[in-house]
Amino acid sequence: MSTPEKDKPKKFRAAKRMREIMTEYYIDAKTASQTGKKVAWITSGGPVEPLIVMDVIPVYPENYGAMIGASHMGGDLCAKAEALGYSTDLCSYARADIACSLENGGPIGGLPRPDMLICCNNICGTVLKWYEVHARYFNVPLFIFDTPFCHTEFPDIARRYVRRQLDEYVAFLEKACGKPFDQARSMEVGRLSLEGQRLWQAVLDSAAHKPAPMTAFDAFFFLALIVTLRGTKTVVDFYQELLTEMNERIEQKIWAIPNERYRLLWDNLPVWYRLKWLSDTFAAHDACLVADTYTTAWCGSMKYIDENNFFDSMAEAYTRIYLNIGIDEMAETIFAMIDKYQVDGMVMHSNRSCKPYSFGQYDIRKMIQDRKGIPCMLIESHMNDERSFSESQTATRIDAFMEMIKQKKG
Amino acid sequence: MNSADILRNVADNPHDYARSLKDHGKSIIGYFCSYTPEEIILAAGLHPLRLFGAKDDTGTADAHLQAYCCSLVRGALSDVLSGRLSYLAGAVFPHTCDSIQRLSDIWRLNTTFRFFADVVLPVKLTTESSRLYLEDVLRKFRGDLEEGFSITITDDDLRSSIRTYNSIRSSLKTLYSLHSRRGLPGAGDLNAFVRGSMVLDRVEAANRLSDLVETLTGSTGSPSSGKKVILAGSVCEHPDIYRLIERAGADVVWDDMCTGSRYFEGLIDEHGDPLVALAQRYHDRVICPAKHSSVRSRGDNLVNLAREHGARGVIFLQLKFCDPHSFDYPYLKETLDKAGIPSMLLEIEAQLPPEGQLLTRFETFTHML
Ligand code: SF4
Ligand code: SF4
Repeated sequence: MSTPEKDKPKKFRAAKRMREIMTEYYIDAKTASQTGKKVAWITSGGPVEPLIVMDVIPVYPENYGAMIGASHMGGDLCAKAEALGYSTDLCSYARADIACSLENGGPIGGLPRPDMLICCNNICGTVLKWYEVHARYFNVPLFIFDTPFCHTEFPDIARRYVRRQLDEYVAFLEKACGKPFDQARSMEVGRLSLEGQRLWQAVLDSAAHKPAPMTAFDAFFFLALIVTLRGTKTVVDFYQELLTEMNERIEQKIWAIPNERYRLLWDNLPVWYRLKWLSDTFAAHDACLVADTYTTAWCGSMKYIDENNFFDSMAEAYTRIYLNIGIDEMAETIFAMIDKYQVDGMVMHSNRSCKPYSFGQYDIRKMIQDRKGIPCMLIESHMNDERSFSESQTATRIDAFMEMIKQKKG
Repeated sequence: MNSADILRNVADNPHDYARSLKDHGKSIIGYFCSYTPEEIILAAGLHPLRLFGAKDDTGTADAHLQAYCCSLVRGALSDVLSGRLSYLAGAVFPHTCDSIQRLSDIWRLNTTFRFFADVVLPVKLTTESSRLYLEDVLRKFRGDLEEGFSITITDDDLRSSIRTYNSIRSSLKTLYSLHSRRGLPGAGDLNAFVRGSMVLDRVEAANRLSDLVETLTGSTGSPSSGKKVILAGSVCEHPDIYRLIERAGADVVWDDMCTGSRYFEGLIDEHGDPLVALAQRYHDRVICPAKHSSVRSRGDNLVNLAREHGARGVIFLQLKFCDPHSFDYPYLKETLDKAGIPSMLLEIEAQLPPEGQLLTRFETFTHML
């Protein structure tokens, strides 16, 4: 399935800049022990801003997991974890990353050793177990930021508990770094974090334009910065640039899918080792994946952030994130996205790696079909373990799904 | 029927028993995990019933859950969707693993019982703030029940319930010790007694268990001649497993299971504020892998249990697709290896593997000990 050269989407200028930033970031992190900086490993949904305030370099095993997946190293590493006794049914990010630590493997020569571990369970229970493994292996302090699940509400008792933990987190960092937490700097970092999230949302929103200047596959790529360096000026500047580029594309009518006819919404994490194949397969049907629930999660709780009191409002913003809410509220978010991005169908990745994201999808699918009347399809995989993926089966499903959409839309 | 038969019978036929309770006017609240504060349910005059989930005929769950979900969650959902739990007045979902969490959502959106509550417990149980939050959660749950059933739960109600539970738990522990020392009751019976205690009317359960303690304390048994092992994992509701382990020449002398010691370890202080005391017990209890205390507590606990009960090996019993237990297994095994305690892992789905195959695995393991 190859696209003729003239139809190939133009590369984003910002992609080069992003690679530079990420390279610099990883060099910084990997040389931290020489430059006297501390390194914290932190979960993707964790409160990173206090680390930025304390000049601690945040490192993300999940971002690393994505790198492993995209470079097709996931299968091998997962197999190594299995040899160590980890079940093949566990999250493939965790399996691959644990194998890297314990066996010294993986891309970029492995992650820099952590001085501390910060685990926020707002995305899953997996991270708790995963970080416990690291805490035993590296024998470094582990801070657990415990965010009670909000099935139907975020009661005051939970707010109080999480707010208290923010103070405990600060005390933990002060002890680990041997210096006080700078409140003034915290305000500034908070402002930059919010600004970064706004710009990220604006970038994603540019795909609401019909036709869209970007796809969810681009979002998967550009996501890395809002995850890793949220709260820095680098992120704000970068997404500003990216936004400008999106707007230019809209002006110059440069579309992600040259003959965009169908607009789709993606649910769950990407299938990291088949990004290009999936992108080409949908493009061949003139279908554009205009948005996704995953990358949106990094700006989805902006509504809970208080610009004038960022620190306190982190309690709510970090607890009420997309994966830490009931499936009915998740469905509401999806309905809004279907309207905003004018979507014709939904592609759900039933991700064996991620139970909290995947269980409930069948019910959500039904709600979408009932409320929005659009077709939904399911693709099954372990997002980071290519051994679990059947290309031919998936291709057949996509063809059948697109046929349905075509008949519906004409 | 004697006390042992009564407990065994309700353990084997929980639905029949629950229906008869309901016919006698009891409101029944289903629950899933040993972190459910059942003491409050009992104090409310309601009947807490542990749900284990069907082992077959789980097709009705297929429209809601992917194939990669543990059999406990799948079984419970299919039970409720196919009407086998129509006797319930409601259900409670304590925060444990990611799968139970989503089961709660799916249950809430697809059933219409009178009562529904999430009890969103803290996950880390190491700090003062988490203990205070746990107290708050229990208070909230008390309020939810009061509102849901238009009742008032007094502190005296709670104290009386706490006494009942203390009695149940200390009897179970005594029975475990009796088995460990004198082989009576048998390990399979113990498992049925624990499960039966999660089904039977609690006051009756407390009485039946005291009765058993009394009878068995006086009887002269002798410890089983089997090699002593510890069973570790989530839930076990397969009496066959105990029988086969015995046939293989081993004897389960203690366990670290939801359907075992994690249920009965840790008594509740009977004085002072009952909710504070309750919170303290759930905060301090031996944890299950979905909770956090120290990063080494589970391994240390297992080694201690083995030493204390003179066990020569550990059998891990896990459900397939169970993340929390699967994540802990490599580390627990390593900890045991270092302490010179051999172990084996049995990962089961709803149905056990063929008997012959299981027996061979247990025999191979027992020979090694
Ligand atoms: S993929 Fe899912 S299970 Fe794995 S770390 Fe992320 S949220 Fe947790
Ligand atoms: S067996 Fe494991 S996955 Fe299943 S409900 Fe229990 S803890 Fe969760």
